Amino acid sequence: MDLYVLFFYFFALLTVISAFVVVFARNIVHAAFALMFTFFGVAALYVLLYADFVAVTQLLVYVGGILVLIIFGVMLTTRMFSVEMKTGTLNILPATIFTAILAGILIFVFSVTDWGVVPDQEFDTTVYGIGTLLVNEFILPMQVAGVLLLVAMIGAVMMAARERSKSQSK
Amino acid sequence: MTSDTLIQLALYILFLPLLGFLVLIFFGKRLPRHGDWLGTGILGVTLIFSLIILFVKLFSYPAETFISQFTWIDLGNVPFIGPISIELGIMLDNLSVIMLVVVALVSFLVHLFSIGYMQGDVRYSRYFAYLGIFSFSMYGIVVTHNFLMMYIFWELVGLSSYLLIGHWYEKKSASNAAMKAFIVNRIGDAGMFIGIMILFVTFSTFTFEKIFDSLAIGMIPFGSEAWLTAAGILIFCGAIGKSAQFPLHVWLPDAMEGPTPVSALIHAATMVAAGVFLIARTFAIMTGDALMVITYIGVITAVIGAIIAITQYDIKKVLAYSTISQLGYMVMALGTGAFTAGFFHLVTHASFKAGLFLGSGSVIHAMHHALHKKNDHHTDPQDIRNMGGLKKKMPITYLTFLIFTLAISGVPFTSGFLSKDEILAGTLGFAGVTGHYLVPLLAFLVAGMTAFYMFRLLILTFHGEHADKSRESDIHESPAVMTIPLIVFASLSIWIFYSFNPFGAASGWFYSVMERPLSVVPAAVQPVAADVFKEAVHDAHTFAMILSILIAGLGILFAFAVYHYRKIDADNLSKATGPLYSLSYNKLYFDEMYDKSAIRGTLGLAKISAWFDNTIIDGIVNGSATLTRLWSNFSGRFDNVVIDGFVNLSAYFTGFIGLLLRKFQTGKVQTYIVFVIFSIIIFFFIFRSW
Amino acid sequence: MTYSLAQIPQWLAEPGLEHFLVISAILFSLGLLAVITRRNVIMVLMGIELILNAANVNFIAFTRFSTLSLDGHLIALFVIILAAAEAAIALAIVLNIYQQFHTVNVDEVSTLRE
Repeated sequence: MDLYVLFFYFFALLTVISAFVVVFARNIVHAAFALMFTFFGVAALYVLLYADFVAVTQLLVYVGGILVLIIFGVMLTTRMFSVEMKTGTLNILPATIFTAILAGILIFVFSVTDWGVVPDQEFDTTVYGIGTLLVNEFILPMQVAGVLLLVAMIGAVMMAARERSKSQSK
Repeated sequence: MTSDTLIQLALYILFLPLLGFLVLIFFGKRLPRHGDWLGTGILGVTLIFSLIILFVKLFSYPAETFISQFTWIDLGNVPFIGPISIELGIMLDNLSVIMLVVVALVSFLVHLFSIGYMQGDVRYSRYFAYLGIFSFSMYGIVVTHNFLMMYIFWELVGLSSYLLIGHWYEKKSASNAAMKAFIVNRIGDAGMFIGIMILFVTFSTFTFEKIFDSLAIGMIPFGSEAWLTAAGILIFCGAIGKSAQFPLHVWLPDAMEGPTPVSALIHAATMVAAGVFLIARTFAIMTGDALMVITYIGVITAVIGAIIAITQYDIKKVLAYSTISQLGYMVMALGTGAFTAGFFHLVTHASFKAGLFLGSGSVIHAMHHALHKKNDHHTDPQDIRNMGGLKKKMPITYLTFLIFTLAISGVPFTSGFLSKDEILAGTLGFAGVTGHYLVPLLAFLVAGMTAFYMFRLLILTFHGEHADKSRESDIHESPAVMTIPLIVFASLSIWIFYSFNPFGAASGWFYSVMERPLSVVPAAVQPVAADVFKEAVHDAHTFAMILSILIAGLGILFAFAVYHYRKIDADNLSKATGPLYSLSYNKLYFDEMYDKSAIRGTLGLAKISAWFDNTIIDGIVNGSATLTRLWSNFSGRFDNVVIDGFVNLSAYFTGFIGLLLRKFQTGKVQTYIVFVIFSIIIFFFIFRSW
Repeated sequence: MTYSLAQIPQWLAEPGLEHFLVISAILFSLGLLAVITRRNVIMVLMGIELILNAANVNFIAFTRFSTLSLDGHLIALFVIILAAAEAAIALAIVLNIYQQFHTVNVDEVSTLRE
């Protein structure tokens, strides 16, 4: 067993297990914390797949941005010192069976399909290639994504601000 | 100023009244003064624009024709027919720029007059909106360069005429008159449509110029000159309807039910002149035979109108029949080939006939107010037997009315004399070339009759004593907004505007810019050539002039003798002429004739079809109904037991399914997601590849 | 293709495309489970993040093991961008829902039913 395989299984297990925790944790703060580990694991998998830039982005955006946002959301909407923190579930048993069937189907399909795998693509570093692509073929999607982010930011601020002014007027 | 600017101005002239119409019809009631200033102002602007176009066109480009067009529909190369493309566009030549000014001037002054006349009307703003759409459609007829747009605007004019005649639609007679005008016009328009279609099928285009060019190089409809003549006469049918020519003249007198300014605008100066304009526009394609038909229709109309006008007592009816008679004159002039004279008479007649109507409107307005003050609702304010002696009470109206009367009678130093004189000379020349001496004979007779009945009207209305002394003190001159249009029209009835020589229009500007268009029909069926005709007219001119002055003077003298000095008793005169008098008084029984023939005929046909319907068709229907009933009794049983059972079963089934499905409609997004995923899985199994 | 139990240790010893796909399938199913079952809106959001991550793992894996070249990386980047935007908007919506219904439990927010 070389180091690569070892690392792979370590991070794969980290990802899957913390994802299980995310889904099944009764305490929402625990779930958020587990989610961080899932993101870490996925980022590590990216590294194993020679995707250094995406891995870094994953850490920055997901762990540094989205997760913080989610935790803020948790704090703003939950009464911290009450039982409410433990969130309930709906029809957990049939839903689990249903999703297990779905997962089985997916795994089955993934393993049966002939993907036409080619020998491993090796990248020295992807940053240069991604940068070149971003200002050439992907210039329009990049601009659109920029506008989208701006609009999302303004929209989020607007909605949150309206909510606050409404509560103040009450 | 370039041609582009002129075209732009023409487009403004065309579309500004439409804009005014839209604004007034939707927001008229909310505007200050109900928006009368808007309609009047827009017409004022178009008048200024059309005057600019007139002067620029006549001084800078007297010989050119400006066309601006775009392709509306391009059908490409149609099998068996060839390339068809329909262009829309506008054309500015001397004919249309002069007509533009006439329409704009009369329309503007009528707007102005209406502010006074229609004051306090229930549908004041709508009235001005309708005037706007009328102006729009009339401008459209004038500037268009193809038959299609001409036809569309032609119908629009008919529509606005219908709306305006029926303005007081609470009055049964007004709404009937509106319908009559619409239906009678439709008969003529149907002919016009067939004529246009004959030309379209032959030439695959509606554009005047292309049709003329194709004709000039020898293409004729279906390879026969008779078809060309037919097309000309059919297009003339449109003019018969709109210009109230015999035999479709019956709608015009009834149209006097509309407000008097409308009569002045539509039924005296512009719309009825559209028919004459149409003939002038399509003059080039008229064959000799078609022009002969046009001439005789015109003569008959002129005579009929004059005969009926002599005995009428309603002031507006007299003017209406005189309009019919004068329109007949113009049509006759165009038919004989006196193109310029006919169109000239249109222009001069527009100003003095519009003036006469507005003058009568002023009189009616005054009478109406006087009667209203006395609470007298039985006396007819339009009957000239109830008038008389208005000369002192309404001096401006009287003076202008006198000028108009002189003009229409053809007294020297008036515009009417110039144009009428040319027409009479034209008929004489025509008779000299072709030998149809009946035409000038009747034309001179009508000239005399016109002078007689117009002065009869003038004397009975304004001279002598008022019919009812007690009412006299309540009659006042109309306000300035009504008298100013009268004064403008009166000054335009002076010769000086058209020619510096009071005894001959041929030296004036009008004759130098209006040339008779070259005929494009094949040589075999051409009318009398322009130069031959001109020669003959020139020879006859002096004779025609002296004769026309004499006859007009005779008519005027006779009118004074009968109605002013009472040397001849009018009653005795009517008794002496007996049947002739009653014939004229009853309008030659045209309405009764149509009632007996066309209307009764239609009703009879309807009765026959009703009988056929009731006995034969209904018999078949009833028979089959019995059969059907027997069959339906049987199928009813079948229905109740089998079909209903089936239906109920499926209903229960559906209800059951519904109950089941209702559980899925939870309103929770998560449930819906489960359904989506579930269906994806099902699809996955349906479309799996192993 | 036939499979036998004897092949499994060998399959496990060589991490390839299928391994990453299996991880992504598991992540996707877990994310879906969270979306379906949790009552708290924020938990639903977390599930959505998991699903997006599963998709990203797929893209990156295919970049490595097929001829997708770097396009897969770029698409993954755009997915991350979208996720960020979505998270911001979604949390604003959550705050509004909380304001409106005084709860963040989705099963109590069922006005869609009417």
